[in-house]
Amino acid sequence: MPSNTVQAPVPGAASGHNDLAGRGARIELTDLSKRYGDFAAVDDISLVIEPGEFMTFLGPSGSGKTTTLNIIAGFVHPTSGTLKVDGAAIEATPAHKRDMGVVFQHYALFPHLTVAENIAYPLKRRGMPKARRAELIRAALDTVHLGDYGHRYPRELSGGQQQRVAVARAIVYSPRVLLMDEPLGALDKKLRDWLQLEIKRIHAELGTTFVYVTHDQEEALVLSDRIAVFNHGRIEQVGPASEMYERPATLFVAKFLGESTVLRGEATREGDGSVVGVCARTLRAAGHIDGPRAAIVVRPERIAVQPRGHQPEPDRNVLPATVTSEIYLGSSRKLELALPDGSTALVRESAGTLSDARPGDEVTLTWRVEDSVLLPDDPEVETVFT
Amino acid sequence: MALLDELSGAARPVTKGRAAAREPGARRPALLILPALIALAVFFLYPLAVVGWNAFTDPEPGLGNFTWFFSEPANIATLVRTFTTALWVTLVSLVLSYPYAYAMTVAGTRVRAALMMLVLLPFWTSLMVRTFAWVILLQDTGVINQILGAVGLGPFSLIRTQTGVIIGMVQLLMPFMVLPLYAVMSGIDKRLLPAARSLGARPATAFVTVYMPLSLPGVSAGCLTVFISALGFYITPALLGSPTDALISQQIFTQVNGLLKWGRGGAMGVILLGLTLAMIALLAVSLRRAGKRVSG
Repeated sequence: MPSNTVQAPVPGAASGHNDLAGRGARIELTDLSKRYGDFAAVDDISLVIEPGEFMTFLGPSGSGKTTTLNIIAGFVHPTSGTLKVDGAAIEATPAHKRDMGVVFQHYALFPHLTVAENIAYPLKRRGMPKARRAELIRAALDTVHLGDYGHRYPRELSGGQQQRVAVARAIVYSPRVLLMDEPLGALDKKLRDWLQLEIKRIHAELGTTFVYVTHDQEEALVLSDRIAVFNHGRIEQVGPASEMYERPATLFVAKFLGESTVLRGEATREGDGSVVGVCARTLRAAGHIDGPRAAIVVRPERIAVQPRGHQPEPDRNVLPATVTSEIYLGSSRKLELALPDGSTALVRESAGTLSDARPGDEVTLTWRVEDSVLLPDDPEVETVFT
Repeated sequence: MALLDELSGAARPVTKGRAAAREPGARRPALLILPALIALAVFFLYPLAVVGWNAFTDPEPGLGNFTWFFSEPANIATLVRTFTTALWVTLVSLVLSYPYAYAMTVAGTRVRAALMMLVLLPFWTSLMVRTFAWVILLQDTGVINQILGAVGLGPFSLIRTQTGVIIGMVQLLMPFMVLPLYAVMSGIDKRLLPAARSLGARPATAFVTVYMPLSLPGVSAGCLTVFISALGFYITPALLGSPTDALISQQIFTQVNGLLKWGRGGAMGVILLGLTLAMIALLAVSLRRAGKRVSG
């Protein structure tokens, strides 16, 4: 995962020279729930998506992110709560009248229609005259760089091309909202990286509100203005990527978004900060939590590896550790270290500032107190994923 | 055999199938169909050749039997009746089978098994027995007319009419419509329908513009099978129909068994066969066109 979590363009920033550009809608979810019997797929979610914003729903499978997207699209009816688009409640509006574009992981192109006919489909449903249709199809195909593919059938295209056609079909009628359900999930890594940039470019060109569902945290970081992290049908945290990464609100978010070292222990208040006992040491962190069970989260690039016995500055936390493995990644190096209590610490060093530590070395880990994120412990987190 | 290709290809939306069949290793399986080919040659092609030979030589060489057939208005009427009956049977079967096959694709496993069983059940009793069952059901004092009478309708003359023949034939031939429809429909990606709705199509429009075109290969395959089978039906029209409304198969029987006119019977057989082959060719071409659009 790249450590530079640079922000996406400003919400609503449309460059305006695309024929399909339009104004994005504001989406408001209030106390939204979807229950299947006793199971709450979506559990009392409230969220405002700003006009023209790129919002990503991030979470593991079964966390409710796709169900929420399907509620916005009109495929699933909420059990309770309200859904407003530009101020108008639309829970009762059927999917075909919502004027939203949807892009699916499985492309959902109509196999009996050519690329151009697929893109014409939503225009025909809107009774648009043929000449205007042709213009818009051209604009949509140009937007996804598939200008010469109009006469082909979907099966004659690669997966990446098919998904671009699906995007063209979903934006050709300038919907107020574009919903994307893991659109790159079926593609290989290289293609995915490239299409991410394409999607970002299209978002900037159109100014449409994008809601994007993924379980890939890197994709979320690359694309989004803001990310909503889903877990168990609830939103754990909403915010810009950098905020989510630097200041996760829960241990789940910290573990799901990027890598981290989690140090668990008993917390006690000390002034406007707290101290947490970990591995028979005391670690300091800003802020307080309710209850004694605490976890300190530290991002791997914030930790420095020092020789054992090194005297750290006073504003740094210190832990002894043993290097267990090293992974060389070119621009950086990743170290895994064993802590005295048996847990694992992760350190990432940039190529210019590598330490001398090698596997087997006994070292001292130090990091600034302000880089320690203090969170209530969540015993479930470690077992969900590593 | 191109037709069989089309029929099997209809249910398989993969383009590679035909190319793969031309790979070198594909030659050996050809040997496996040799016994069947021999059996077909002995028990089907040879009698067919004899019938064809008779048509042109009995009682004397020439086209006499054919000029007789086309000069008798009654024969033309029979031919037309045979085709209209087959057409009706095909149409009614399609209208009944389409929703049935669709229901099979959306039903749960248990209901689907039950529906499949209902389709296959008739195969386990003989055609003759089922036709006699229809005689009993359809007769003027039969169950159907009694029920209709109880609600103040009828009685309708169902037996010895074209309606009766169509009812019986539809029941006997419906599996041949349901099965290819189900095969094709179960391969259609149902997620295309919500996709169509998101693009602005009402549910009914989505079904007509997306689902129905994709089910066309199944429709063609089913219609072809039912129509061609209906053209040559003998027992059912003989038992349920009226002798004055006889179909061509009954006329052939009369010529051969009643009048011992082997040549005329043969000529009628050849004409039926020729028209049937022409229909197959026509449908195969349209099927190929539809198939190209849908599955490649």
